[in-house]
Amino acid sequence: MRALEIEQLDVDLGGRPVLRDVRLNLDRGELVGLLGPNGAGKTTLLRAILALIRTRNGRVLVEGRPARPGRSAIGYVPQRHEFTWDFPISVEQAVMSGRAGRIGLLRRPGVGDWRAVGDALDRVQLTGLRRRPVGELSGGQRQRVLVARALALAPSILLLDEPFTGLDMPTQELLGDLFISLAQEDRAVLMTTHDLVAAVDACTRLILLNARVIADGRPADLQDAELWTRTFGVSATSPLLTLVKAA
Amino acid sequence: MSISDFITDLLNPDLAFLPKALAIAVMSSIVCGVVGCYVVLRGMAFIGDAVAHAVFPGIAVAFVLQGSLVLGGAVAGVATALLIAIFSQNRRVKEDSLIGVFLVAAFALGIVIISQAPGYAGSLQQFLFGSITGIPDRDLYLVGGTGLVILGLVLALHKEFVAVCLDREMSRSMGLPVFWLDIVLYVLVTLAVVISLQTIGNILVLALLITPAAAARLLTDRLSVMMLLAPLIGAASATVGLYLSWSHDTPVGGTIVLVATAVFLAAWLFAPRHGLLTRRWRRQAGNGSLADDRSPGPPSGLAGMHDTTEVVR
Repeated sequence: MRALEIEQLDVDLGGRPVLRDVRLNLDRGELVGLLGPNGAGKTTLLRAILALIRTRNGRVLVEGRPARPGRSAIGYVPQRHEFTWDFPISVEQAVMSGRAGRIGLLRRPGVGDWRAVGDALDRVQLTGLRRRPVGELSGGQRQRVLVARALALAPSILLLDEPFTGLDMPTQELLGDLFISLAQEDRAVLMTTHDLVAAVDACTRLILLNARVIADGRPADLQDAELWTRTFGVSATSPLLTLVKAA
Repeated sequence: MSISDFITDLLNPDLAFLPKALAIAVMSSIVCGVVGCYVVLRGMAFIGDAVAHAVFPGIAVAFVLQGSLVLGGAVAGVATALLIAIFSQNRRVKEDSLIGVFLVAAFALGIVIISQAPGYAGSLQQFLFGSITGIPDRDLYLVGGTGLVILGLVLALHKEFVAVCLDREMSRSMGLPVFWLDIVLYVLVTLAVVISLQTIGNILVLALLITPAAAARLLTDRLSVMMLLAPLIGAASATVGLYLSWSHDTPVGGTIVLVATAVFLAAWLFAPRHGLLTRRWRRQAGNGSLADDRSPGPPSGLAGMHDTTEVVR
């Protein structure tokens, strides 16, 4: 069974078409980069997969079942600025907050919950900082807290929204390696990014999106410059093309 | 007046209103301190202000009809909180504008209603600035009971409130009912404000909600400690404020707020890690050793690099 299947998805926001006829599949073990310009509908697609917005048409199946908030095995890693970093909370409590929906109303975290949090922290190598207030972390550490929070739900799909934005090259490389190994551990990982070099380098597959899926294939198969100029609406002499070729 | 005189007065049966006022002031400041932590951390102080003004027409109606002021205020405050929550679903007008619209409208309505009651000027002052006399016994139980309900709900929904405070989108994706949690929080803020109106007054009640929680935030980086410190600071300010008000014959609401403000200023200057003066002293003593300096914000230079390189492998 596929981890994620999207069939003929149409989404409108405020009466305007944002996504049209999006079809894509995701299997465990894949690290897929979702690329496109601003306004291409990348984040909207993630929100549709999470079943947070109404779709006009089409289906999203997570492990064969329609996606539902809190029911589907999806770990969501939003952009870093979505999180209230000045909140007085430790790293491990922040990761535990990712399980709030699963623990359920009127119940406190049990042994199993703490074990899941401990495993997630181990996985992103933040165990040594687990008691540190989140406000004192660097950008790369913050990104890993958000990944750990998603991992605490033991998801089979990981959705990452712009995980590289605002991070320096060494930190990006570290995170890229982490995402590769997370995918290899039998998870499907889908990430949006503006960082073409990191994406081409790390991903097993790239999807070029601009309201529609323009191209979907291994990085090596996407050499045709026309696909990139069409997706990003740039000219044939754009430095973007040099960048992609070089990577 | 010495403290022992104050205690004698508290026990004097002729001054029965005094212990009642103390009990209400302490209970409401404990509740406000706890609820205020969410208000401060979510940056929704303006909502607290709106609700405080919004309860006024309810109080006015209750006054005209000779009903319970607490009950009247609660009904009006909850109604306004719901209106704001519902109207804010339409994102064309932002929440702060809506709050601006509703809080002034509610206050205006209150003024019109209360002007219909003969001899309203004196009572108006009592509503606005608080008073320690004339608290009926039933309000004592109403405040105590409501306070327990509020604290119970906070305890029950703490985990969910924290998740929503941290990250709304992620909370939605976990299946948490974010809209309903918002409404419950608004209602809790409203009730905390309403039970505090008696002693502190309509205008100053916001201070009871915000000041102790803000002072507690300066003193700690742990939410659990903050939620214990804030009610403690609130209750201490209420007690000291009432004592000073009684002995110096100053308005009780204003005095309590000034005491709480003094605590806040002290925390701002002397808080162990984030205080202005403590940071300066530490910088002088430590000669800028980076490992010890955990000032707010991302760690600077070396400390951050060290943590990153640790996980490179």
